[in-house]
Amino acid sequence: MAGSTLEIKDLHVEIEGEEILKGVNLTINGGEFHAVMGPNGTGKSTLASAIMGHPKYEVTKGQVLLDGEDVLEMEVDERAQAGLFLAMQYPSEISGVTNSDFLRSSINAQREEGDEIPLMKFIKEMDATMDSLEIDKNMAQRYLNEGFSGGEKKRNEILQLMMLKPAIGILDEIDSGLDIDALKVVSNGINQMRDEKFGCLIITHYQRLLDYITPDHVHVMMQGRVVKSGGPELAHRLEAEGYDWIKEELGIDDETVGQKA
Amino acid sequence: MAVETHLPYDKQYVTEYSEKRNEPAWFKDIRLKAFDLAEELPMPKLEKTRIRNWNFTNFKHDVAGNNIDSFDELPEKIRVLLGEGVEDRNIIVVRNNDVAYAKLSEDLKAKGVIFEDIFTAMEEHSDLVQKYFMQDGVSVDENKLTARHAALLNSGVFLYVPKNVVVDEPIQVVFWQEDNEAALYNHVLLVADQHSQVTYVENYVSNNEEEETVANIVSEVFALDGAKVSYGAVDNFAKGTTSYVNRRGTVGRDATLEWALGQMNDGNTISENITNLMGDNSLSHAKAVTVGRGNQSQDFTAKISHYGKASEGYILQHGVMKDRAASIFNGIGKVEHGAAQSNAEQESRVLMLSDGARGDANPILLIDEDDVTAGHAASVGRVDPLQLFYLMSRGISRKEAERLVIHGFLDPVVREIPIETVQTQLREVIEGKVY
Repeated sequence: MAGSTLEIKDLHVEIEGEEILKGVNLTINGGEFHAVMGPNGTGKSTLASAIMGHPKYEVTKGQVLLDGEDVLEMEVDERAQAGLFLAMQYPSEISGVTNSDFLRSSINAQREEGDEIPLMKFIKEMDATMDSLEIDKNMAQRYLNEGFSGGEKKRNEILQLMMLKPAIGILDEIDSGLDIDALKVVSNGINQMRDEKFGCLIITHYQRLLDYITPDHVHVMMQGRVVKSGGPELAHRLEAEGYDWIKEELGIDDETVGQKA
Repeated sequence: MAVETHLPYDKQYVTEYSEKRNEPAWFKDIRLKAFDLAEELPMPKLEKTRIRNWNFTNFKHDVAGNNIDSFDELPEKIRVLLGEGVEDRNIIVVRNNDVAYAKLSEDLKAKGVIFEDIFTAMEEHSDLVQKYFMQDGVSVDENKLTARHAALLNSGVFLYVPKNVVVDEPIQVVFWQEDNEAALYNHVLLVADQHSQVTYVENYVSNNEEEETVANIVSEVFALDGAKVSYGAVDNFAKGTTSYVNRRGTVGRDATLEWALGQMNDGNTISENITNLMGDNSLSHAKAVTVGRGNQSQDFTAKISHYGKASEGYILQHGVMKDRAASIFNGIGKVEHGAAQSNAEQESRVLMLSDGARGDANPILLIDEDDVTAGHAASVGRVDPLQLFYLMSRGISRKEAERLVIHGFLDPVVREIPIETVQTQLREVIEGKVY
């Protein structure tokens, strides 16, 4: 089996009555890394959040299918259990719940009752993964994201990604707020996930992340749609020339969508 | 329906009760004076909770409880509170109005620690009890219920830790209202003499779902100069009990008093926790959690008054309200003139789980001194949908996600409960109340 397939078809999404996504089409197959790029305010994060079922976003039209199953009909936890994972740009802080307990509950939520991960196995795996991400060991016993620095939160998202091993990972601006060393560590973690099954959707507006994670496909979003797709060479051209040439090519004046200018 | 407001017991009864127990004259005197005061004094004045229809008068006053020979005789509910290795620990179990079991190690006895029921203490250490009993802590004449407390006192413990004695192991008392109509007029008197240290944990347990009764509890805690007292409590009276709980701390110079209170009653409750920081450099944390459910109404006051210089008081109250439960949380930081360099902080947070529940947080700072720092935070809200989204996005069900958020919300207090078995049991009580 070559992993799962996530299909996004003509997706329209509103937030508080305002349309942000205006018909996004995208297919991610297992084994493929896709990068969605674009300037700020073009709908990239909305795409990520809407796929996962963020309560503020309302899908008004279109489909999201995972191996043919209607994702939009699923509760958020069912989407995760079906194999989706969203590394969030702004993960919530949850007081009183330790990182370690949360991670174990998450892993067990995806396993059958009676088949929970043995505690020692869990600890071993968590320790090793934390080491590979150069995360301080005491983070396991700290409350979930509470008082974490921006960089710690990002590493923690990738820790979860690596421990939960989803079929499709969606990474929302996982590079923002990371210094170059942290970026390398985080990229290294994501690259370790790469195999013939794992599919990944990487959302970023900095090309620099793609210096460390090479995407198979690159898409550019503007005005709530994917306006251009290509291979890794597209990312290189964006790095060298910016976005203006695309705007010119497509006759786009203002690339943003919604209120955020 | 008119609610009976007079006690079913008269002065003659109180006299006979005192004589039957061979109480010292000074205490019989307090009882009788208190009886008269109870007739005159008003009920406690609560700003936002109506208590007019609460039951304060329907109860049985004098109910015996049998001794136990073995811990196996205790119901499961009580045994889990005590945990393993119970024979070696310093424990009192009060059953209805009698002591069913009491143990204090020879080592602590030799060091001069006193840990016994309050009636025995009045006989054996009359002067010491008299010195502290309802003098500088809670006064008999504060209101009708404090007066009734003194008049009808039918249970209690006295814990005294002499100067410089450090008690390493926690001391525990379980007050078990086995009889569903038995009232508990319970007095806890804890005196930690200079530079001593002690950890005390108490549990209140009853099962009266249908039968009505009352609990009237006064705790007076004295942490004398340099002493360190950690006081944990889990109140878990059943629905039929109307509770009045008044816990009062008096903290000397360089002394510390830490409160961790699990206020888990199912009936109507007035609970007041006041700490007076008398000495310079005194410190208190007053932490409390509650879960309200059903139709219960509760009124909580946490107050710390600063008298000593550079005294520090921190109030933390977290409440979860479901069904049609209503709760008022008053947080009061008071800094008296002269208590310079003091710090008065408080935080009250209420999490609402249903539309019919009510929660009200009232932060109050009263400051008569210029050179102080003070702060307050209060909030009443629902479970954050973004927190639920985050947890659920990892595959955790909505129910489990809510459970995690609620436990997390209460954990800052729960984890401060000094005895692990009691902590575990408090978590279970919370679990049972929330779901």
